[in-house]
Amino acid sequence: MSGDFANLLADLKEDEVIKLTKQRLDSGEDPMKILEDSRKGMELVGKRFADGEYFLPELVFSGELLKQVTEIVKPHITETTSDAKRRGKVVLGTVAGDIHDIGLNIVDFMLDVNGFQVYNLGVDVPAARFVAKVKETGAPIVGLSGFLTPAFDAMKETVEALDKAGLRGKVKIMIGGGQMDDEVRKYARADAYGKDAMAAVTLAKKWTGAS
Amino acid sequence: MAKTGVTAAKKWSEMTWQERREERFKRWLYPRDVKFVSPAAEKSYKERVTRFIKAIKLEEPDRVPCILPAGSFPAYHAGTTLRHVMYDYDALRDAWKKFLNEFDGDTYSSPGVVPSARVSEIIDSKTTRWPGHGLTESARFQQFVEGEYMKADEYDRLIDDPSDYCLRCYIPRSLGALEPFAKLMPFSHLLGMPTRLLGACTLPEVQEAFLALVAAGRELAKYQEVIRQCGREGQAAGFPLFHGGMSQAPFDTFADTLRGTRGIVLDMYRQPEKLFQAMERVTPLNISLGVDAANLTGGPIVFIPLHKGDDTFMSDKQFDTFYWPTLRKLVLGLVEEGCVPLLFAEGRYNRRLKQITDLPRGSVLWHFDQTDMAEAKTALGGNVCISGNVPTSLLITGTAAEVKEYCRRLIEVCAPGGGFILTGGASIDSGKAENLHAMMEAAREYGRYK
Repeated sequence: MSGDFANLLADLKEDEVIKLTKQRLDSGEDPMKILEDSRKGMELVGKRFADGEYFLPELVFSGELLKQVTEIVKPHITETTSDAKRRGKVVLGTVAGDIHDIGLNIVDFMLDVNGFQVYNLGVDVPAARFVAKVKETGAPIVGLSGFLTPAFDAMKETVEALDKAGLRGKVKIMIGGGQMDDEVRKYARADAYGKDAMAAVTLAKKWTGAS
Repeated sequence: MAKTGVTAAKKWSEMTWQERREERFKRWLYPRDVKFVSPAAEKSYKERVTRFIKAIKLEEPDRVPCILPAGSFPAYHAGTTLRHVMYDYDALRDAWKKFLNEFDGDTYSSPGVVPSARVSEIIDSKTTRWPGHGLTESARFQQFVEGEYMKADEYDRLIDDPSDYCLRCYIPRSLGALEPFAKLMPFSHLLGMPTRLLGACTLPEVQEAFLALVAAGRELAKYQEVIRQCGREGQAAGFPLFHGGMSQAPFDTFADTLRGTRGIVLDMYRQPEKLFQAMERVTPLNISLGVDAANLTGGPIVFIPLHKGDDTFMSDKQFDTFYWPTLRKLVLGLVEEGCVPLLFAEGRYNRRLKQITDLPRGSVLWHFDQTDMAEAKTALGGNVCISGNVPTSLLITGTAAEVKEYCRRLIEVCAPGGGFILTGGASIDSGKAENLHAMMEAAREYGRYK
């Protein structure tokens, strides 16, 4: 049954997923098991995205399904269990002066389903907020997203701010999105440029020693 | 009567699309109301337009034409900022004039790419943010705020009467000062009794909205006068206007501007039929949008920025189902009226190359950003004109020598046989002047056809 649930979610069968969620709760099943199956389903979505079978619409819609399932299940959860083992922490955000978030959220999604703890700071994030979040979380990885050309300088300034705060040696920095490429990576003095969300996952795994 | 304003021997309705296009090309070549500053400027103007016409028609011009991807670069080149020129029209004009005097690309770069922040403030635009207004003062781009300006259950209302939908639903949500327009009655209620229009106008908030509209209109007129004056001067100096009009892929009308990314995805899964119906409904409207603008400006090129159909946004199947059919109709509709659709494929269109080949030979112009240009030439060369794609990163962070070398290789791959225009992948905001000069040098040195 649990395999069915994960597959239904990954196949984006909205009605069936919702129906089955309710059925499982009604039959007294542990709500945590439903969430665990949802996680497996989302992993499948991530895998299909990485394989080029799924694209942005599937990611967004699966996210919507997960949200619905979580909302139905939440009231039935009595104990809070600690988060599952996570591979590592990543601080993520779109740099100052840029409010684009589609690519940012794809990277967030893919890192999350691949087991990373993601701190998504959203859009138009000043350098100081990246610095503060890295200090607070001790995250060893920072992902800078940007869509437009002014992001070139904003990325450079963010890297410099991390440097000034004495954190440069402690974090690996990746950049990506829109007009970014390896030229920008050199200009901003980041550690790597990722051309898509799969590249972000590969880099994060490499940097955390996971594979 | 010829819609282009050029007196033609044959009736517009009896012409083929190629004949209509020739009429538009003529009007582009011989612009009304332009007094060239010198015979040399007039000669340069005609040479430049001819270069583009030949490239579009897949013939070999004297050399590869080049469009400098100026964007908001002229503001920073003049030592000012985007924020400043969005508020100060004199500074805007001066900056773009300086650019015009110093750079000799094949087109006129209009300050019209910079909207008036004063107008946006008066009308309380909810759909854009600009430096100092939702973005830091030093921001160098005004940006669109994606949102659900149209709700999921409003397709029928839009399909039934798009004008009414715009007036009483879309405008009140996207322009804050006009929010009270939601209280207007449907205009169809005026049939037989036109004074019914006044009903809602008794409301103080509706009166305020109209006053705001008047104030915004007056401010816009001041701004437009500056833009027009610049345009006249630019053309008089020999630089042709390139974008004659603008339109939008029907999918992007909904995905970009009305429903947003999340909204459109939900619709693709939950109510695809409504989405198809609505896209079909707006397709002829988007055709008129482009044709009307081309008629007004005299420029045949209709700019269509493409967003949510690129390689990462959807699968091949989704592109074939949701994106291409109505975009293709839009393109064919524009072509039929003698316009030249300029399809700007921002991002990557590598996988799309095989899916966009079913257009009449020589009818459109593709502008590629990060698409592999060698593959684009193989897939489309000899069939339609392609342009691109000097990376913005190279233009902003690279050296003049690197830019020139990139252009040399690009020309080598794309220019043979004609049908190529050299330009940036996208536009730049800052960067080095010498890098733009290097692009022109490359076009002159390496782009000659023998």
